[in-house]
Amino acid sequence: MAGAELTDLTVAGIRDGFRRGDFSAREVAEAFVAAVDGADALNAFLVKTPDHALAAADAADRARSEGAPPPLSGVPIGIKDLFATQGVPTTAGSRILEGFVPPYESSVTARLFAAGAGMLGKLNMDQFAMGSSNETSAYGDVLSPWRRGDGGNAPLTPGGSSGGSAAAVAARLAPGVTGTDTGGSIRQPAAFVGITGLKPTYGRCSRWGIVAFASSLDQAGPMAQDVRDCAILLEAMSGFDPKDSTSLDAPVPAWEASMSGDLRSKRVGIPAEYRMDGMPAEIERLWEQGKAWLRDAGAEIVDVSLPHTKYALPTYYIIAPAEASSNLARYDGVRYGLRVTPGQGGLADMYAETRAAGFGDEVKRRIMIGTYVLSAGFYDAYFRKAQQVRALIARDFEQAWEKCDVLLTPTAPSAAFALGEKSADPIAMYLNDVFTVPSSLAGLPAISVPAGLDGQGLPLGLQVIGRALDEQGVIDAGLAIEERAGFAAKPEKWW
Amino acid sequence: MSVDLAQVKKIATLARIAVSDRQAEALVPELNNILHWVEQLNEVDTEGVAPLEAVVPNRTRLREDAVTDGGIRDAVLANAPAAEHGFFAVPKVIE
Repeated sequence: MAGAELTDLTVAGIRDGFRRGDFSAREVAEAFVAAVDGADALNAFLVKTPDHALAAADAADRARSEGAPPPLSGVPIGIKDLFATQGVPTTAGSRILEGFVPPYESSVTARLFAAGAGMLGKLNMDQFAMGSSNETSAYGDVLSPWRRGDGGNAPLTPGGSSGGSAAAVAARLAPGVTGTDTGGSIRQPAAFVGITGLKPTYGRCSRWGIVAFASSLDQAGPMAQDVRDCAILLEAMSGFDPKDSTSLDAPVPAWEASMSGDLRSKRVGIPAEYRMDGMPAEIERLWEQGKAWLRDAGAEIVDVSLPHTKYALPTYYIIAPAEASSNLARYDGVRYGLRVTPGQGGLADMYAETRAAGFGDEVKRRIMIGTYVLSAGFYDAYFRKAQQVRALIARDFEQAWEKCDVLLTPTAPSAAFALGEKSADPIAMYLNDVFTVPSSLAGLPAISVPAGLDGQGLPLGLQVIGRALDEQGVIDAGLAIEERAGFAAKPEKWW
Repeated sequence: MSVDLAQVKKIATLARIAVSDRQAEALVPELNNILHWVEQLNEVDTEGVAPLEAVVPNRTRLREDAVTDGGIRDAVLANAPAAEHGFFAVPKVIE
């Protein structure tokens, strides 16, 4: 098989073809390493680790000859730079972690590598996962491989914060990647580049070794070409970890083996409050189309209400900055990363100058908002109030589950926008996550599946949200959409 | 509620982020825009609602009080901007 044919394969295609003996793991790894090397213009990778991918491939080839290759043998993947990787620089997209080389492996990457996967490199991202366009990275914007059909060639965002992850899969630089999702950072970029992204239930994937942003929201998950690949990768990533105090001590279901797009006896809820004023007609049409697809798959469509939806974003922008201000206190120039020591100053000046030089503007803004809402005299008015509204948002979902099994919504309120278009207005940027944040606040599993193209030829995604622990329901409804959408569009190679 | 220049400087001090006067002035409207926007939450009646503390029911686990990790001092110090004699080194604190 030629290199381009190998890099077009899905995770399942590589896994199964490798087992059948259609190609060696070495051939696959070399094809992806070459694709990564040829795509510097996208700026998706912060660190390339061809040796890791090739060594895993050689181990896979040996394991195959001995008869028992582990489940992800022969599959090279990309890792978001939020995951600590032993011996490989990890920056979270920030200058403040420049030079940090973790002496340990995150639990999620350790599981993936134990399952036989190799690492192609570390993927660019919004700094500390704070952003929706990848423009807050200290290491430059990631360019989406997609371009508008108007011939203008305006560079587009791949979404964020898992922007490098999204671009890598869309450009066929990796068949699957890890992402993390705090308020939509897997699902929105997946929608923007026409791939599938799955955020599992909070606690499914261990947070140990993932650079912390907002600990009550952060969840790792897979991004790949299709629903099956996400199920395969999530099975390898999930599982109880005593090193994470909020890790779920629950068995990991065989999601891939149980997958079915047959939705007979399932009820799909359509939340009225997700019909926003000013929503583009194309998104509205796609949502209607999605309902028709799920009805065709046998599901009953029911109207439901999530009354506190409009308060989810302001709730999130209190809770996430508050948790971030606490988590990011550790970057003080003492133990790792950047240190700036002013000529005459003492320890306190070193802290303040290091953090001023190391953090980007959006990170500083969120730390300061978080510091303020947690400070004496304001805690009840902001933080406690937000945690109360968060309880109401979670209750809205609980009440919806009395009437339906999953919810269908658009993933994002628009297709990918141009770089620079929203970066001057933080609140306009925050609104990108309007459909993804509520389920994050409630800890629920959700998937984004590519479902169509807009008038400019850019991908649009549909989101399915499920009950806690019901990844299967989300995967099945996602599969039903995928089977009917027949999404096969790919960006034309220009990089 | 709004923040003024003095409050922004105080927040920056609490957050241990050095800001120049010019930066602090620019942050006043930026932070106020966000604060006014999140204050929409005041429209929500939360009387008697318990703040959410865990999204997924989960019990707090206990484990044996035993050493399960450690003995990697040099590996940890390898990332320090400055380390001496097996310790992290920082600028002098006491004059």
